[in-house]
Amino acid sequence: MSQVEAYKIQSTPAVYVYEGPLRLWHWINALAITVLCVSGYFIGSPLPSLSGEASDYFLMGYIRFAHFAAGYVIAVGFLFRIYWAIVGNYHARQLLLPPFFSGKFWGGVWHELRWYFFLEKEPRKYVGHNPLAMVMMHLFMVWGLLFMIFTGFALYGEGKGMGSWQYEWFSSWIIPLFGQSQDVHTWHHLFMWAIVIFVIVHIYAAIREDIMSRQSLVSTMISGWRMFRDNREPDDHYLK
Amino acid sequence: MTETFYEVMRRQGITRRSFLKYCSLTAAALGLGPSFVPKIAHAMETKPRIPILWLHGLECTCCSESFIRSAHPLAKDVILSMVSLDYDDTLMAAAGHQAEAIISETIDKYDGNFILAVEGNPPLNQEGMSCIIAGKPFNEQLMHVAKHCKAIISWGSCASYGCVQAAAPNPTGATPIHKVINDKPIIKVPGCPPIAEVMTAVVTYILTFERFPELDRQGRPKMFYSQRIHDKCYRRPHFDAGQFVETWDDEAARKGYCLYKMGCKGPTTYNACSTIRWNEGTSFPIQAGHGCIGCSEDGFWDKGSWYARLTDIKQFGVESNADKVGGTAAAVVGAATAAHMAASAVKRAKQKGE
Repeated sequence: MSQVEAYKIQSTPAVYVYEGPLRLWHWINALAITVLCVSGYFIGSPLPSLSGEASDYFLMGYIRFAHFAAGYVIAVGFLFRIYWAIVGNYHARQLLLPPFFSGKFWGGVWHELRWYFFLEKEPRKYVGHNPLAMVMMHLFMVWGLLFMIFTGFALYGEGKGMGSWQYEWFSSWIIPLFGQSQDVHTWHHLFMWAIVIFVIVHIYAAIREDIMSRQSLVSTMISGWRMFRDNREPDDHYLK
Repeated sequence: MTETFYEVMRRQGITRRSFLKYCSLTAAALGLGPSFVPKIAHAMETKPRIPILWLHGLECTCCSESFIRSAHPLAKDVILSMVSLDYDDTLMAAAGHQAEAIISETIDKYDGNFILAVEGNPPLNQEGMSCIIAGKPFNEQLMHVAKHCKAIISWGSCASYGCVQAAAPNPTGATPIHKVINDKPIIKVPGCPPIAEVMTAVVTYILTFERFPELDRQGRPKMFYSQRIHDKCYRRPHFDAGQFVETWDDEAARKGYCLYKMGCKGPTTYNACSTIRWNEGTSFPIQAGHGCIGCSEDGFWDKGSWYARLTDIKQFGVESNADKVGGTAAAVVGAATAAHMAASAVKRAKQKGE
């Protein structure tokens, strides 16, 4: 390594983007989503039947418990995430309130789409999320998660029974809205697959852009620091 | 003045002792405390019978069949003789013009003070010609009677939700009662048919207290429709344990394990079958070894298969379910991601080479 190169690496600017609580939320959320998808799948299509006395086992009970517990974690985490969007730093607000009224933002979405279709040679440089990522995360992790939390509590409230707060707040109006309980089950199940698709794309895009773009992604969600490959002006400075 | 319930019962040869027994059994069936027994007795002794007009639209008469089989001996005898069932074309002796005359007679005599019970529903397509009563579309008769009634009982899934005749594609335009009448209180008693004791108990409650029992948001009496079949199913321990029937007539089926994997709709069906049961409390579908088909739920004909846990999603052409649709979508996205990954690797290799 030459003297000049060493100097360049040292002077690569880094920005503290994701604060501790937000990173913790991200990883807890990721874990909860994994537990929910796996346990949810096995609620819809249970494991092979066990033989013997019913009193010897509680397999379906444990699977459902894992699902409900992780569901509460997601729901409480979501409330915390809203709180953190208010008290956290500037970047914490991007997930909930993307700059949908900015023309430059949609230009950025277009650029990212072209980038993914290999039509752009140069990636742009972002301190926060790239605009396409912001759209995806807003759709799936705000509206998608809200849909799952609401339908999830509606289904959970059915078991808790009339009179429980879960039933009164969620089941009592969501189930008639969809038609009947079976419809809510089907939609809840379909959205599970939507979340799985998001997870595939999210992990792939994060690793790919970590390698191919101008900034770090995966390590940023661990350390909080965004590292850059060059000293160019970031392309999302207009957001400030 | 019309006779009171008590007078009718005495005339029918029912002893006072039996009458009081009936009152306490009814109170128990309705989930009321012992203090309500004298209230029911008092009401029955003093209140004139409220007339009921029982209309039949597009239906199969299974509700009537269920109703007349109310297992509770007293409930069966007494309700049928004490209800002033002025019109019910299946049960009444009169026919033709005589029968239709009873409707106008009741409307004249008890305008705004009788109960309209509807079994079935009106078909609205083809100018209602799919159900003709006394030479006119059923919808006309329904509208005419509904205008003068005090309240409406929607018997069964036909009147409550539409049932089989409203299943896709619903060629006759069969429409549930609450969608054609919106200015009268309606109580829904869904089921195909509803449980006999549920039907008699609802009638008894309305006649005794002159009001509907407590209803849920969908207009069903909470006392019978507030819990799912699954919540009170005697096979529930097998569900929690993870013990399921995998195929018909396997060892698990013989042992009476949970029918969840065979498409039992108990977990999504609100009804009292697993507590009250059928035919004098003899059995109910799950006890007989067949899963619940969810007959008291909205649109249950279109929420099949009855033999698969996951509902068919027919919008995707071939019959498919959430796992097939979602799994296919995930596989396509996964494959696209892999292809994209390969293309990205090629691009990067090229850039490095330059």
